[in-house]
Amino acid sequence: MKHYKKLTIPYIVWCAIFIIIPILLIVLYAFTSGGNSVKTLNFTLSNLAKINEHTYVMVFLKSLELGVITTFICFAAGYPLAYIISRAPEGAQDMLIMAVTIPTWINMLLRTYAWMNLLSDNGIINSLLGLLGIDPVHMMYTDFSVMIGMICNFMPFMIIPIHTSLRKMDRSLIEAAMDLGANPLQTFRRVIFKLSIPGVINGVVMVFLMAISSFVIPKLLGGGQYVLIGNLIESQFISIGDWNFGSAISLILAIIILLAMRLMKKIDLKEAEER
Amino acid sequence: MEKIIELKNLTKNYGDQQVLRGINLDIYQNEFLTLLGPSGCGKTTTLRIIAGFEEPSGGQVLFDGVDVSKVPAYKREVNTVFQKYSLFPHMNVFENVAFGLRIKKVDESFITTRVNRMLQMVGLADFGPRDVNLLSGGQQQRVAIARALVNEPKVLLLDEPLGALDAKLRRDMQVELKKMQQEVGITFIFVTHDQEEALTMSDTVVVINEGTIQQIGRPIDIYNEPENRFVAGFIGESNIIDGIMKKDLLVHFDGVDFECVDKGFPENEPVEVVLRPEDIDIVKPEDGKLTGQVTSVTFKGVHYNVMVKTKYRDYMINTTDYWEVGTPVGLTLTPDDIHVMWKTPY
Repeated sequence: MKHYKKLTIPYIVWCAIFIIIPILLIVLYAFTSGGNSVKTLNFTLSNLAKINEHTYVMVFLKSLELGVITTFICFAAGYPLAYIISRAPEGAQDMLIMAVTIPTWINMLLRTYAWMNLLSDNGIINSLLGLLGIDPVHMMYTDFSVMIGMICNFMPFMIIPIHTSLRKMDRSLIEAAMDLGANPLQTFRRVIFKLSIPGVINGVVMVFLMAISSFVIPKLLGGGQYVLIGNLIESQFISIGDWNFGSAISLILAIIILLAMRLMKKIDLKEAEER
Repeated sequence: MEKIIELKNLTKNYGDQQVLRGINLDIYQNEFLTLLGPSGCGKTTTLRIIAGFEEPSGGQVLFDGVDVSKVPAYKREVNTVFQKYSLFPHMNVFENVAFGLRIKKVDESFITTRVNRMLQMVGLADFGPRDVNLLSGGQQQRVAIARALVNEPKVLLLDEPLGALDAKLRRDMQVELKKMQQEVGITFIFVTHDQEEALTMSDTVVVINEGTIQQIGRPIDIYNEPENRFVAGFIGESNIIDGIMKKDLLVHFDGVDFECVDKGFPENEPVEVVLRPEDIDIVKPEDGKLTGQVTSVTFKGVHYNVMVKTKYRDYMINTTDYWEVGTPVGLTLTPDDIHVMWKTPY
């Protein structure tokens, strides 16, 4: 085994250059001031303190709220779909899962533009409503449009892990539960759902991560006034050029994500302990 | 004894394949009944229909005289021990066994007492908090039995439950299962393809082949008086020979008349004769009714398996004596050793 160790060197180098060093740089930027002048380091906590300002706190809260709601809707709509697919015959399952992933073959920007067309004040939906004699509904640049965009983009990432855990479940466990007197609802609650929890956790973590850090969807479907964490970070780096503050926000976001994953892990462990 | 389950003209089709072709069977209280047959014969399908996992294509399943063909599995008073045990991997041993009682929402203290008593009965008294995924096959098997029996079903269904165990553990479990059945006093319906298992444990053996019942009887009857070629060939080894029933108590085969104990056949009826390998005696050529030469000898542990070539055919004989290959020998049979069957059409 020992002589294979050398083979890991490229991977370690790759990790160092593209993952570890950038993270260290973000940490460095977050705790210094003076932009890109790396020669003189002025350590400061002012970047982090700035986040405490009311505006920024509200952006964080808004992002968290949207992330939680999006994740919840993805779960509530994705689980039944994953479940139905998992009950289909083997061949049909592959087709259905492919159908779920087909949208992801199309560039996300394109899909988001499509939603803009659908949702805008004189878009397709409002035209159709007009035909039915219903007054146009304002949908673009609201929480609704942003969430629609996020849910549609992230849904496959919820369905696939849940479906995987449901599919690999031993069918005879369901028969065993029914044999022991559990009706279909009890069988679902006590056996099927419990055994699919690892898949649910994977799905929830993935969707939540993407929802809380996305910036293209809120930018396009929420409009310029609509600011989430992702947009805040983007503007700090690209339009304002305050890399230090941008890094500080990124760092906080990373910590929030780590905490969220930690929390999910805890739920998983608690489930395991109940065995 | 009281009838507890009746199967009436049960059929099952998968597509255009007919798996069960009219099964009629009465199962009595307190009986250890085994469905025995080769894989794909329909024995497991029969069990699954009784459990309620499959609906029959035709015919009826009666529990205590009531048709339950349309009653879902969770409302039937039977419990199953599955082939792969199918223990719930997200629950410990105690919770697995308690599952059925929790569904019934009975008192917690009652659950604790009952589950512990069950675990004790299957010899896993202190195993309650253990993770089922870390148990050995034999232990999982016991948990599965306890999980089913804790609900005090009227009938326990066992689907090849010993298949995954090694030979020694298997024999131990056979004895234990039989003991448990007598202890709890309920009907066991046991599915297996292992004829030795069936003969060891059962009160009644039902031999099934190609979706049809071949014979129902006590193990000793099934072995000694098989009704047809299939049963004779499937249960133990045997020499099956075409013969003619000259008259009551006299059968003719291989050019010789033999006295036998069978009667009730028409005169000169073509029949099949079953000779168990352990029933044929090897003697000196001049003392035998049939003569031949030893062509092979295989050591089998308790006995030797000797092949003797006669003018008409090869005979398989099991004996504790050693016979050199090439020795000329004679074969004799007592009337008790000969079993005559009606000729089967296939």
